[in-house]
Amino acid sequence: MSTSPVGDEPALVKALVIGLATGIVGLLIVLPLIAVFAQAFVKGWDAYLAALVEPDARAAIRLTLLVTALSLTANTVMGLVMAWAITKFEFRGKSLLISLIDLPFSVSPVVAGLVFVLLFGAQGYFGPWLIDNGWKIIFSWPGITLATIFVTFPFVARELIPLMQEQGTREEEAAVTLGAGGWRVFSRVTLPNIKWALLYGVLLCNARAMGEFGAVSVVSGHVRGETNTIPLQVEILYNEYQFQASFAVASLLALLAIVTLLAKTVLEARLGRSGGGH
Amino acid sequence: MSLHFRSAAVAALVAALAAPLAYSPPVRAADVTLLNVSYDPTRELYSQFNRLFAERYKAETGKSVEIKTSHGGSGKQARSVIDGLDADVVTLALAYDIDAIADRGFLAKDWQQRLPDNASPYTSTIVFLVRKGNPKGIKDWNDLTKPGVQVITPNPKTSGGARWNYLGAWAYALKQSGGDAEKAKAFVGEIYKHVPVLDTGARGSTVTFTERGVGDVLLAWENEAFLSKKEFGDDKFDIVVPSLSILAEPPVAVVDRNVARKGTREVAEAYLKLLYSKEGQTLAAENFYRPRDPEVAKAYAKVFPTLELVTIDDPAFGGWRKAQQTHFADGGVFDQIYSN
Repeated sequence: MSTSPVGDEPALVKALVIGLATGIVGLLIVLPLIAVFAQAFVKGWDAYLAALVEPDARAAIRLTLLVTALSLTANTVMGLVMAWAITKFEFRGKSLLISLIDLPFSVSPVVAGLVFVLLFGAQGYFGPWLIDNGWKIIFSWPGITLATIFVTFPFVARELIPLMQEQGTREEEAAVTLGAGGWRVFSRVTLPNIKWALLYGVLLCNARAMGEFGAVSVVSGHVRGETNTIPLQVEILYNEYQFQASFAVASLLALLAIVTLLAKTVLEARLGRSGGGH
Repeated sequence: MSLHFRSAAVAALVAALAAPLAYSPPVRAADVTLLNVSYDPTRELYSQFNRLFAERYKAETGKSVEIKTSHGGSGKQARSVIDGLDADVVTLALAYDIDAIADRGFLAKDWQQRLPDNASPYTSTIVFLVRKGNPKGIKDWNDLTKPGVQVITPNPKTSGGARWNYLGAWAYALKQSGGDAEKAKAFVGEIYKHVPVLDTGARGSTVTFTERGVGDVLLAWENEAFLSKKEFGDDKFDIVVPSLSILAEPPVAVVDRNVARKGTREVAEAYLKLLYSKEGQTLAAENFYRPRDPEVAKAYAKVFPTLELVTIDDPAFGGWRKAQQTHFADGGVFDQIYSN
């Protein structure tokens, strides 16, 4: 006679809870998203486009693309190496290494930025030598890239490690037995097994890299048209009473969020079907 | 599915490789590039002044110059220059912030004697911006501590304007109490009990007050108060001029070490010199900074109200180094009153 307790709830309670959940999402997530676009287009299409092609905005978009491309490349390679080392080999200090990968998630972005100032600033450990030799790290794109790599470091490795752990090393061992070399094993056996998880990690990494504010703000120096990324440019425009332009630039990040969400949904479906191994 | 993946991977790779190409470092159209690291409210002034300078410099030397700017809280900006932000010139909110840069060997310690008027081509003061009609009836500093009044001012640790705000209140309290520092401390402490949020820079506080609608009164740079009225319309805010305030002297300097490395001393010096010219002074006045030049000052006299102004070199403060040490250093008077 017993049915599930949830099924027993009166229809009213059910409607109330669902209504509440929808309301919360609507109020906290959908409404602000709509507000961004409403503000961005408050003066129409022309003003919207004008805000995006303005030289400082264009420079910010270029810089964000550069930093993101470099961070994604670096983190994809490093993530693969980390995951490979951790899941295919046994060695001392492995659990410590796993914990350290997660460190960027638990460190405040401001601290992440300050670390690089401490290392590469004019008063830092390597700063004076670098400046004397004409290297600009912080307050320039290399520093911004380093800070971005730091905060987005865990995404790829975090996605790959559980999957590769689950898959084990049997297929690779079989391939080696059949005479395949290291690169061949990786490209023909390992990579096809992890491809969707890898893309998923890269996707998350991408979203965070483009949107990072705190760490980048510390190492940017805020030079107009040179060291401001999209999020920093949004703040500058807002502080200059250019609200429409600020939201127009912000809408790029909002669009990115929507695209990421869609891509995530597609990838999750793929992961569900093929990611869980064989 | 493998085909799918391969094309996706190729697309991602192409995107990753194409992005740096799209970046293609900005074409150096200009013969010289100059970086002016400035404080928060000067954005509008320097965006106009940079254009003026580029025109004048081109006319005089035939060379084109591009001026980059960076804005933020004055103390934070000084810190960035100390950490290696390679400013050719600094145009900050108060002398102590440039002193701090000089202390690290970036420029000569006597920098303030190298240009006229304490190296401050324009001055300003601290006034109150209130909501239209002044509903809380704020007339002077003592009204800031009335029950129910919320005061907006930035953090004196990071903002130059905030330090001027603080010292203005202090000067007023000293005068009221006949020079009693303990009473001044209690009064200034009471004001900070009425501050709901400390932004890091003056512009952040202005936005908090004007755009977010927080607070009853904004302690503001005079130029920032005028600008807010201009941006948002006369029907939104009123400016209240207190009986006494502080003469703020925002100084400018060439950063010796950086211009020596970049070979930009000559253009950096020309840039600062133009600030003192009739054209530069007029532009400053147009942006609501009080000009030094007597003729320009006379032409704009009706814009700027007259009030009693105390300077930082008044015996009560004894110059910026002493004021900084007493009030804003770690464990100084501000820390004591703000932690209570």
